[in-house]
Amino acid sequence: MIETQFLNSLLVAIFVGGAGGYLGSLMITKKMALSGDALGHLALPGIAIGLLYNLNLTCGAFITLALGILFIWRLEIKTKITTEALTGIVFTTSTAAAFLFLKESDLERALIGDITSIGRKELVLSVIMLCAVYLIIRAIYKDMILASLSEDLAKVEKVKINRNNLVFLLSVAVIVALGIKVVGSLLIGALVIIPAATAKNISRNMRQYSYGGAVFGILGGALGMWLYKITGLPAGPLIILTSTLFFVISVALRTGN
Amino acid sequence: MKKGETILSVKNLSVSLNGKEKILEDINFEVKEGENLIIMGPNGAGKSVLLKTLLGLMDYSGEIKWKSGVKIGYVPQRFSPEKRFPLNIEEFFKFKKIKKDKIKELLDSVGLRDAGILKKTIGEISSGQLQRVLIAWSLINDPDVLLFDEPTAGIDIGGEETVYKLLSDIEKKKDLTIIFVTHDLSVIHKLADSVLCLNKNMVCYGALEEINEPGMLARLYGHEIKIYKHTHDRDSIFK
Repeated sequence: MIETQFLNSLLVAIFVGGAGGYLGSLMITKKMALSGDALGHLALPGIAIGLLYNLNLTCGAFITLALGILFIWRLEIKTKITTEALTGIVFTTSTAAAFLFLKESDLERALIGDITSIGRKELVLSVIMLCAVYLIIRAIYKDMILASLSEDLAKVEKVKINRNNLVFLLSVAVIVALGIKVVGSLLIGALVIIPAATAKNISRNMRQYSYGGAVFGILGGALGMWLYKITGLPAGPLIILTSTLFFVISVALRTGN
Repeated sequence: MKKGETILSVKNLSVSLNGKEKILEDINFEVKEGENLIIMGPNGAGKSVLLKTLLGLMDYSGEIKWKSGVKIGYVPQRFSPEKRFPLNIEEFFKFKKIKKDKIKELLDSVGLRDAGILKKTIGEISSGQLQRVLIAWSLINDPDVLLFDEPTAGIDIGGEETVYKLLSDIEKKKDLTIIFVTHDLSVIHKLADSVLCLNKNMVCYGALEEINEPGMLARLYGHEIKIYKHTHDRDSIFK
């Protein structure tokens, strides 16, 4: 029974890591490396309410995330205030709101995750959603890169920039909501960014960069879970630290080039 | 000047930023098929804005009429990828539907014949090579018109060949219409059939022969400076 539980957690860690690393390459390209962290905090009120009323945490997290993101997306188009400033305001506000409801005993679970509680139903749902996110991101990937290189050129090519950004942000929301289970809201940014940053250091083309992010995400998830199994230390921090190790190696390889 | 069907006609075109600050006012001109129009003027004159407006990227009042079904290629002014950005030239071309043979053919047509370039990243090639890559990229769909916004910083295109010579060769081979934005006066000799001088208002507009008469160029340059100082002087000198 414990083995099945571990297997469930391992699979979720691998899928979240893979999809997160793939998506992370776009986040870095869009200079949103810190947004993952911010979005993790956006999920907190959802988690707090979920814990309070004993609801599904992922679902609660996704709802407050999606609301926050839609709010930021809309406000940015309307007011031309930068995404960065808006994200900063919305995420601190939601953190403040969450701490009004969060019980101290639930704090650790919300902040650094609890992968040991993943059931079969949740596993299946997570895998389906992560695969969907991967396919959606793959479909808009080239257009997103083109828009980041030259917005004018992308517009001339009839790329739907605003729509893509919204789809992208909602995909980030799915990853963050699912990833919070694995590494918690404090560390979710690292789950998305570190594997992609690692891949970027050693990539010579977009293919290596995007899929490299996925590969390092998967490796970090799998090795982190294995370390959790043999040490009994919290899984989330182990996954992130494993990824950091790969990153450090990639920096060494990069300067060696 | 070659005479063809009118491919673009612009009437009473005005563009303002956020509905307030006027960037362009009352611009009128026409471009015929196969014609090369140079748009010139000092920095901040609204040249790039005019190009973006023609591309449909900005709100405007007045009329912009492209010949129906016209295909437009665009080379943007600002395109500076980060040095280590992992995207190679082949992948950049494959953002559009294109076969590898066609990529090589296009790169060849802009003088990039080294086969190794396909695997180079977009940040590691020189600014001159990048300019050529962007021109080749804009030619992917066999456009009828090429809109070229020259970078403000000088680009080292390399060798004897200048970007103007290159464009003029391509234009002859592919029967292109080119609208070329520049701040460099010398370009008009190399490429232009007609010239539009811009400084918020249309300062001058006419065929190259008119503008290229002895003394005219000096006058134009002098007038351009004068009008730059007295921005409410709306009289165009060649109309």
